[in-house]
Amino acid sequence: MSIEVRNIRKNFGSFSALNDVSLDVPSGELVALLGPSGCGKTTLLRIIAGLETPDAGSILFYGADATAREVREREVGFVFQHYALFRHMTVFENVAFGLRVRPKDTRPSDAEIKRRVHDLLELVQLDWLADRYPPQLSGGQRQRIALARALAVEPKVLLLDEPFGALDAKVRKELRRWLRRLHDELHITSIFVTHDQEEALEVADRVVVINKGKIEQVGSPQDVYENPVSPFVYQFLGNVNQFNSHVHEGEAKIGDLELKLANHQTTQNSAGLAFVRPHDIEIDKQARKNQAGFAAVVSYVHAIGPLVRVELQRSGEKDLIEAELTQERFRELAISQGQNVFIYPRNVRVFLNN
Amino acid sequence: MTTRKNVLPGFNLSLGYTIFYLSLIVLIPLSAAFIKTTELSLHEFWAVVSTPRVVASYKLTFGASFIAALINAVFGLLTAWVLVRYTFPGKKIIDALVDLPFALPTAVAGIALTAVYSNNGWIGSWLEPHGIKVAFTPLGVVVALTFIGLPFVVRTVQPVLEDLEAETEEAAASLGANRWQTFYKIIFPAVWPALLTGFALAFARAIGEYGSVIFIAGNMPMVSEITPLIIITKLEQYDYAGATAVAVVMLVISFILLFAINGLQWWLSRRNGSAL
Amino acid sequence: MSIKVPSQYSSYQAKVARSRATSESLWVRWSFIAIMLAFLTLFLIVPLVAVFTEGLRKGFDAYLAALIDPDALSSIKLTLIAASIAVPLNLVFGVAAAWAIAKFEFRGKSILITLIDLPFAVSPVIAGLIYVLIFGLQGWVGSSLIDNDIKVIFAIPGIVLATIFVTFPFVARELIPLMQAQGKEEEEAGLVLGASGWQILWRITLPNVKWGLLYGVILTNARAMGEFGAVSVVSGHIRGMTNTMPLHVEILYNEYNYAAAFAVASLLAILALVTLVLKSLVEWQSARSAIQNEQNFS
Repeated sequence: MSIEVRNIRKNFGSFSALNDVSLDVPSGELVALLGPSGCGKTTLLRIIAGLETPDAGSILFYGADATAREVREREVGFVFQHYALFRHMTVFENVAFGLRVRPKDTRPSDAEIKRRVHDLLELVQLDWLADRYPPQLSGGQRQRIALARALAVEPKVLLLDEPFGALDAKVRKELRRWLRRLHDELHITSIFVTHDQEEALEVADRVVVINKGKIEQVGSPQDVYENPVSPFVYQFLGNVNQFNSHVHEGEAKIGDLELKLANHQTTQNSAGLAFVRPHDIEIDKQARKNQAGFAAVVSYVHAIGPLVRVELQRSGEKDLIEAELTQERFRELAISQGQNVFIYPRNVRVFLNN
Repeated sequence: MTTRKNVLPGFNLSLGYTIFYLSLIVLIPLSAAFIKTTELSLHEFWAVVSTPRVVASYKLTFGASFIAALINAVFGLLTAWVLVRYTFPGKKIIDALVDLPFALPTAVAGIALTAVYSNNGWIGSWLEPHGIKVAFTPLGVVVALTFIGLPFVVRTVQPVLEDLEAETEEAAASLGANRWQTFYKIIFPAVWPALLTGFALAFARAIGEYGSVIFIAGNMPMVSEITPLIIITKLEQYDYAGATAVAVVMLVISFILLFAINGLQWWLSRRNGSAL
Repeated sequence: MSIKVPSQYSSYQAKVARSRATSESLWVRWSFIAIMLAFLTLFLIVPLVAVFTEGLRKGFDAYLAALIDPDALSSIKLTLIAASIAVPLNLVFGVAAAWAIAKFEFRGKSILITLIDLPFAVSPVIAGLIYVLIFGLQGWVGSSLIDNDIKVIFAIPGIVLATIFVTFPFVARELIPLMQAQGKEEEEAGLVLGASGWQILWRITLPNVKWGLLYGVILTNARAMGEFGAVSVVSGHIRGMTNTMPLHVEILYNEYNYAAAFAVASLLAILALVTLVLKSLVEWQSARSAIQNEQNFS
């Protein structure tokens, strides 16, 4: 483990930002801290960096307790959300800063600094911008310079706070892939904070879902997407339909529909919430003989792109159900707005209310 | 962000030095004034600060300061408006010159205004035939206080006018408002807290002013003698307790004004959604 | 009562053409401009010009003689001494106060800011008075000072103290809002990169606020050299000894030596004009970099 977080607590006044958080980050992994704004993910990142002191708990770097270690001695690279580039210094001086402020005996020679800064600028493919000032750069360029600056001090871990938050959608996608490639090249243990599930799922080796100061789930992107452990994770990672249901001895009833569940075998007469992803909603024009479903009316069809989004209204209910079909299936069905259809949910996951 | 414990270094040193230096230069010396007045009984204190001559000086100081601040509110708003909205030759020079009263030593301002507004001065000689005497009258005090308060209104209103969005005025125009309606329904409500702040700043500065006033005022007791001069006169007669008593009255009023102004500015920055 | 950095964007704004719907008719515009110019002429320009014409009334030789008079020279010297002590001290204070206030959260912060503003609200005459109360003959520490043959009041230390008092808040008032607006991310970045506190201050914070700092120093200096009321109370008006330039102007004026008074005053007026020019240069410079940042960051 290169980073271990042990029972961290942090309150801001009466607000509990982190409530008994523990986390292991294996060496060389790229980990995403994912959660809504205000969930405590940035606070956790800043505590790991030493920019914030926890009220309780400890941080271990490579097995050694670093809780009391000062920021300067933690050997972390930190990329700030708004980059925090030094406005009055050139790109070169920004990247060189961490080397120049070292005490004389450990400071590299000027020639060495020059060489290392240019190597880093080449790594982030911006060597040609060395003499510019930060205000003269685009958002994406600033982001890469901030990364080069953080890497210049050869940190043991790299921490990134919403690294793509301030960029527009297109640049964001590009930089996302670039960061992934860079990480594969350098293999430096990295943690980044994001509120964008797509970003976390695409880039990270491991996703840590945080909500209200607690870790909800840790796992590979596939794992957290396919097997969410809580209603929150279900809702936060992608679109999902919710149904009120009644659970009794391994069976869930949603209206007339009865579903066999893999769990909740001993549950007696409880209320629960059933979750189904839009692509797990099947649509048919006719009622199926030996499968129970809902009658519904098509209320809206959005057919642009590879997937067709269909909004349906369950008979006798107010809320809308969202379904996603392939273009192929959509043409086969040939449904349109106002049509009566039947829907059949697959892969239903039920969580009991409490 | 408000209660985060901060990892930046130097907090104890910088705050400690700030409080030490503040106490040494400002707080301890100021407290001396309040402690000195305790030498007087309440009755004596009241007797000193309520003699007719002192009361006349309050009337002059506060009255003239109020009128001067009012003049500055009107012309300062106009000046700020012209500097923000219009272009004309020499605008940059005029803009820079508005700060002259901040930069020009008050004694220089005092003798210059006296020279200009006295009977044989450039402006005074032109006013005299109309029966208007400025120098060595309370009117002269108003002129001097207008001079020293001039930048305050301009400099508080100017940034607010600059930040006004043209769209809101265009919206008003598109909804059928004429220019005057747009001004008093859209622009003035946005500007008036700044105007009030500028007025209060000019007023507060004026009541303490000494250098520019004493030359032009004539300093006739009961007529054109300002309160700061009363303090000086008492000091020159070695009446330290008396001087301090009058000073304490002024200090208390100044502090109230200072708190009011800070409150105004806080409110103003709240309204504008940005720190001034 | 801080002095706002005016019209950061005025030149930029002026380039944005205003549409007909949001501007006044030509005659309204020009009459507004005319009223403003008349007002400023009466109150600013005429008195300023008068300083120079009055100073030169008896010819250039008399003007020069008034300036190289030994008493005038010693007053110039004393003014420079007072400013050269007050400005650095208040500069160090301003940086320390701004660092504590802008970069940290603590209880009583708004009270501290108000207390720093106090000297703006205090009449200069009272500023002088409080030092007389402490260091004067009957003052708190006055008698023990006299026993040790140290003079504060009616001597240079008193003048310096009074000058420090009246210029106390200028640098702090310029720096606090500036450093607050800049946040502390850059300082944190410096910290993570291994910089010490002093390195952060010298290499990151101060370069970022250099224009505001310079602006504060210019204002402090102008006020320090021109202060009259406070200095007048503590100086004792000893010619050639404890007279600063403004006090020397007063003495000459009260002796009806108008031309000489205005000659020395004209030096102070030149100082004021230089201050205004420097101030404008600093403003344009900082507005230029602000606009540059604005355009590129948006």
